[in-house]
Amino acid sequence: MSGTKTPPPRNRIAVDVGGTFTDVVLLQDQTQYSAKILTSADAPERAVLQGIGDVLQQAGLNFAAIDLLILGTTLATNALIERKGARTALITTRGFRDLVEIGQEDRFAQYDVFLQKPQPLVPRHWRFTLDERIDAQGQIRIALDEAQVSALAQQLREQQIDSVAIGFLQSFVNPEHEQRVAALLRAQLPEVTFSLSSEVCPEIREYERLSTVCANAYVQPLVAGYLTRLQQQLTQRGLRVRPFLMTSGGGITSLETGIAEPVRLVESGPAGGAILASNIARQLELENVLSFDMGGTTAKICFIDRYQPQISRSFEFGRVHRHQKGSGLPIRIPVIDLVEIGAGGGSIARIDNLGRLQVGPDSAGSSPGPVSYNLGGELVTITDANAQLGLLDPAAFAGGKVELNVARAAAALTEQVGQPLGLDKDNAALAVTEIIAENMANAARVHASESGKQVDAYTLVAFGGAAPLHAVRLATRLGIQRVVIPHAAGVGSALGFLWAPVAYQAVHSFYQRLDHLDIAAVSDLLTTLSDQVRQLVQQADPAAPITLQRSVYLRYAGQGHEVAVDLPEGELDQEAVAALHQRFTLLYRQLYGRSLDHVAVEAISWTVTASTPAPAIAPPQTAPAVSGTPDRATREVYSAQQRKRIAVPVLARQQLVTGENYSGPLLITEPETTTWVEESFSAQRTAAGHLLLQRNTQQGEKP
Amino acid sequence: MSQDIIQHQVIWNRLIAVVEEQAQALIRTAFGTATREAGDLSAGVFLPDGRMVAQAVTGTPGHVNSMAESVKHFLRAFPLETLQPGDVLVTNDPWKGTGHLYDITMVTPVFYHNQPVALFASTLHVVDIGGLGPGPDGHQIFHEGLFLPIIKLIHAGELDNTVLAIVKANVREPEQVEGDFLALVACNDVGARRLLTLLEEFALPDLQAVGEFILARSRQGMLDAVARWPQGSWSAEMWVDGYDEPLLLQARLTISPQGIHVDFAGSAGFVAKGINVVKAYTDAYTSFGIRCLIGADIPNNAGSLGVISIDAPEGSILNAPYPAAVTSRHIIGQMLPDVVFNCLRQARPGEVPAEGASCLWNIQLSGGHVLPGYDASSFLRQPRFSITSFSTGGTGARPQLDGLSTTSFPSGVRNVSLEILESISPVVFWRKEYRADSGGAGAQRGGLGQVIELSHGQDMPMELGAAWDRIHFPARGAEGGQHGAPGRVSLSTGETLSGKGRQIIPPGSHLIVETPGGGGLGDARQRDPVRLQHDLKNQLISHEAAVRHYHHNKTE
Repeated sequence: MSGTKTPPPRNRIAVDVGGTFTDVVLLQDQTQYSAKILTSADAPERAVLQGIGDVLQQAGLNFAAIDLLILGTTLATNALIERKGARTALITTRGFRDLVEIGQEDRFAQYDVFLQKPQPLVPRHWRFTLDERIDAQGQIRIALDEAQVSALAQQLREQQIDSVAIGFLQSFVNPEHEQRVAALLRAQLPEVTFSLSSEVCPEIREYERLSTVCANAYVQPLVAGYLTRLQQQLTQRGLRVRPFLMTSGGGITSLETGIAEPVRLVESGPAGGAILASNIARQLELENVLSFDMGGTTAKICFIDRYQPQISRSFEFGRVHRHQKGSGLPIRIPVIDLVEIGAGGGSIARIDNLGRLQVGPDSAGSSPGPVSYNLGGELVTITDANAQLGLLDPAAFAGGKVELNVARAAAALTEQVGQPLGLDKDNAALAVTEIIAENMANAARVHASESGKQVDAYTLVAFGGAAPLHAVRLATRLGIQRVVIPHAAGVGSALGFLWAPVAYQAVHSFYQRLDHLDIAAVSDLLTTLSDQVRQLVQQADPAAPITLQRSVYLRYAGQGHEVAVDLPEGELDQEAVAALHQRFTLLYRQLYGRSLDHVAVEAISWTVTASTPAPAIAPPQTAPAVSGTPDRATREVYSAQQRKRIAVPVLARQQLVTGENYSGPLLITEPETTTWVEESFSAQRTAAGHLLLQRNTQQGEKP
Repeated sequence: MSQDIIQHQVIWNRLIAVVEEQAQALIRTAFGTATREAGDLSAGVFLPDGRMVAQAVTGTPGHVNSMAESVKHFLRAFPLETLQPGDVLVTNDPWKGTGHLYDITMVTPVFYHNQPVALFASTLHVVDIGGLGPGPDGHQIFHEGLFLPIIKLIHAGELDNTVLAIVKANVREPEQVEGDFLALVACNDVGARRLLTLLEEFALPDLQAVGEFILARSRQGMLDAVARWPQGSWSAEMWVDGYDEPLLLQARLTISPQGIHVDFAGSAGFVAKGINVVKAYTDAYTSFGIRCLIGADIPNNAGSLGVISIDAPEGSILNAPYPAAVTSRHIIGQMLPDVVFNCLRQARPGEVPAEGASCLWNIQLSGGHVLPGYDASSFLRQPRFSITSFSTGGTGARPQLDGLSTTSFPSGVRNVSLEILESISPVVFWRKEYRADSGGAGAQRGGLGQVIELSHGQDMPMELGAAWDRIHFPARGAEGGQHGAPGRVSLSTGETLSGKGRQIIPPGSHLIVETPGGGGLGDARQRDPVRLQHDLKNQLISHEAAVRHYHHNKTE
C-alpha cells in the first residue's frame, strides 16, 4: 500500500450482520460506541437500521452525520448454508447437465462408506441444456440454436424460476453464447435475474466455475432485495454518503458490485478479524503476523505479510462435515485465506475408542454450553478445563454474564477424562488444553508449510474471547517469540471493516506457455482487466488514488497446482517475462526447496486487483486508567511447567502501566477475556493500549 | 507419569500431523496426475525395526499396508547399521514395493545424536516408467518398463547421478520423472525435520516408548472393534471380466478373538497380461475393505494392521509371482473390498453395502505417435499428446442410503477438469452426464454410472488404453436388490470395443464410454415412494424402469 494519507472521515460506522447478532460500531474520531442487536433474519435491514440508530443516539448524532458506512453481511452465506435462496435454474451445454453434481467424483473421507455428498444448489430437474459448443481455442463447434432458447424461456416461466445461472463449457475463452442466451432470455423474462459464468468467474475448471455461478444466482435476488431496501431506507433517514460492502477478499466495494456479484460477500465477517490484525501489524510495524481468532466454537488463523492478509481464490461452503476439506461446494472468489479449526471455548473433550483424548471439532456452543455454565451441558469443554486450571474467574466470566461452577467442571473432567487416562482433575484439565493447543499448532504448521512460511518468525496477534487464554501456549508450541493482545480484542470483525481499503480483484484464465508467451494478447487481457477493476473501484470511491496489483497463476507444465506470482510493474515485454520466470523460480524454491529449471512454465490465470490505500485511522482510545489502589489479587493456577498449583497475580488490563515490564506467571483480565501469561513470558502495555507478550530468552521452558 | 500420559497423547497427534505434512509436500510438487489428482501416493514414519507408526490418509488404499511391508524389504537389503545420515534408498520392485513399476518408493533414515531413530518412507506414481506404457497389454514384467531393485540413490547427501541418468534415459518424460524422484526425497526430508524438532521439543531420546504406546493402543483398538462383530467364517466368490476370459475370485473370511483372517484359496491363477496382483497389493485392498466396516476410525500402523492377516495361494492372480505382468493390477485389486463386503454381509445382514462399479474407468488417450494401420509419416506432423480422464461408475447401495452416483470407491480418485484436458490435448468432450437407469434397483438404489462421449477434435486417429471391468459381470445387488447396469464401450459408428487393451479410435468417430452402475440393496418394491418420485422427477430412472423394477403404477 502506498503511504498516501487522506484525512480520515470523522464519524465512521461499521455493521456486521451475523447469523445471531448484528454488531454496530461507531468511531467518532477516537471515541468508540457499539451496539449488539439480534439479527432480524426476515428483513436484516431492520436490525441494521436499529443498530445504527442506537449508536448514533449514544453519540448524539443523526444519519446525516455519518461520513463512512461499511456493511458486512452473512446473508449470502446463510442463504447458501440453509438452502434458502431463490428458485434457481442452470443453463449449460447439452450433454453436461450433471457436471455440478458429479463434481470431482471423489469421496472426502477415505474410510467412510456411509458418507453423503453435498447436494448441488440447483436440482437436476432445473438444470437445462442447449445445443452449443465452443472449444478450448474459443472456436464455435456447434452454433447456438436460438429457437431452443425461446422454448426454454417458456419452461423457466412454467417452473417459476427467479434466478438463472448460465454456464457453458469453455465460456471463459469465448463468452459469446452465454451473452447471447442472457440477452434473449432477459428480453422474455424481465423479472428474472441472470448470472453468467463468464462474468462471475471467468476461470478454467468447469466444476468450480459452474458451482460459483450457481451460488451467485442462488443468492442474488435475496441480497439485491435487501441491499436495495436498505439503501432506500438509509437515504430516507438522511444518509449523505454511499455505503460500502465488505467482501470476502478483505476489500470493500460498492452496493452495485455487491448486487451484481453477491457471491463475493460470502465470509465477509471473518475477513474483518484479519483486517483488524493487519492494521495492528501496521501500527506496531510488524512485518510478519499470524492472526489468531478464537471464540466459542472455532479458531481461525491467517498469515499477514507486510500488512496484507494472505489471499486465496478458493473457498468451500456448506461443508457436510464442517472442518473436512472437500465436503462442501466450491466457489472461486478472492477470499482471505483463513484456516478454520474446530477449537473454541465450547469444544468438547472426549476419549475415543483407542483411549486417545480428542478435543473438538464439535462444540457445546452456548446452549447447553460447557458443564460449568450449569445450563444442562454434560460434556467437558475447553472452558471447563480452563476453569479447573484456575485461569478463569468464576464470577467474572464473559463480563459476568455467566457464573462458572468449577466443582461441576472438576467432577465432569475427572469422570470423562481423568479416570480413563489415569490423571487427576488438574492434569486432566491440562491434557485438554495441551491437546487443543497441539491441534491448533498442527493446523498452523501445515498451513505455514503449504504457504512456504517459517511460522516461528511470526508475531501472534490474538483476539476473540478465548484466544488470549491460549495464545502463549500456542506461541510456545510454534516457537513464536512474541504475542500481541490488541486493545478491544473482543469487538473484532466489525471494527476491522473500518480499516479495509476499497478493492476489487478480477481474474481471467488464459492458458499460455511462458517460453512462447503471446505478449500482445496477454497485454490486452491485462489492460481489459485493469480498466474493469479501476472503474469498479472508482465507482465506489472516485477521489482516492488507486494502486493496481497484477499477478499470474503459474506452474510447471504437467503439474496440477498453481502458485500466484506478482507481475513486474510496467509494460509486459520479453524482459518482464524473463523477470516473471525468475520470480516463479524463486518462489517455487522458497515453497518447495528446489526448482525444476528444465521444465517449461505455464500460465493458467491472470488477476488484477485495484485498491485504494488503507485508511490511516488511529485506534480508539482506551478507557482512562482506573485511578486509586490497584487490586493486587492472586489466584491459584495449576502450572503446566511446575505441575503444581501456584499463586498467580491477577491484574486488570487498565491497571498496567504503559511501558513497564510484568513477568509471568500473570493473569490480565478485562471484561470480555483473560490473558494468561505463563512463566516463560512477560507482558507490557504499549502506548496504544495493546498488550505485548515476549518470551523470556534466559529461561528454558518445556511445553 | 501424568506427564508421560499427556505427552504420549500430544506426540501421537503430532506424528499424524507430521506424516500429513509429508504427504501434502508430495502432492503439491508431484507431476503425475495419478499422484496429484488421485492421491496415488503414501507417506509414513517407521520405527528402526521397520514397523510403521503413522501413515498419512491419502487417496488410494493401494498403499494402505503395502508400503508398510516395503520398509522391511529395504532393511533386509540395507541393514540400518550400514546406513548413515543423508542416505536415501529407492525401489520400484513391484514385489517389494507397492505392486507395479510406476510406483517409486523412497526410504530415508533419520538420525538423532548419531543414532538412527526412525525411517520416513513415501511412494508415488510416476508419470512414466518406459516400457509399453499404461495398460494391461504386457505379458511379463520386462514389457512394463524400467525395474529398479532396492538401491541407494543418495549416499550421505550425494545424489547418484548415474542412477538418475539411467532412469531419465528410460522414460518418456525424463524431466517430470526426475521431478517426481526429487519430490519424494524432499517430502521425506520435511518429515525428518519435523521429527527432529519433535524429539528436541519433548526432550525424547528416540521414538521407541511413544511408538510402542501407539502400536499397543492401536492394536487393542482394532481388536476391540473386531470383537464387536460375530465370530465365524464366511465365504464369497465373484467373477470378473479378466483379459481374455472370466476369472473367479474366491475368499473365506474368519473372525476370531485373535483378529480377522482372509484366505483367497480357490481364486484363479495368474495370466499372461498385466492384470495380475502382487500379494502386497492384495493385502492393501483387502484390509482396506475390512477397515471400511471394522475399525474405520483407527489409524493405520503396524499395530492396527497386524490384527488382519491375509493368504493368497502363490501363483494365483492375487499372489502373482515374478516375472508376471502387473501394471494394471488395480482392475482386480479394486474388486477386493466388494469380495470382503460379500463375506461380512453374511455376518451382519443389513449393515453392509452392495457391490459397486469399484474398478476405476479411467479413459487413457494418446495420439501423435505412430499407430498400426496408419501412415507413419503423417503422425510426425500431428500434436503429440497423452491424457487420462479419471472416471468412475456408481457405488453399491448402502444400508438406509442409496449408492453414490459416479463416485470413486474404493479408490479415492478425483477427476481432472474437462477444460484442462481440452486445453492440453486435441480431444473434445461431447457428453459427460449420469446414465439413467444404471443404478441397480432396490429399496436402496445403486449409484448411477455416467456416459462420456469424446472425439479427436481434428479428425485424426488416436489410441485408447482400456483397463476396465464389470462389462460382462455387473455389480450384483444384495438382499433382494438388483444388479447395476454393466459397463459398455462403443464407437459412434456402432462398433463395440473391448474393455481391456489398446484400441484405435478412427478419425471422425466418437468414443462412447458408459460406466457401470452400483448394485441395489433390498427389494425394489420396498423403496420409499418419495424417493422413487424424486428419482422419476429428476430422470435418474425412466418411467418404464419404475414400472418394471419398482412396480410403480402411477401414470404421469
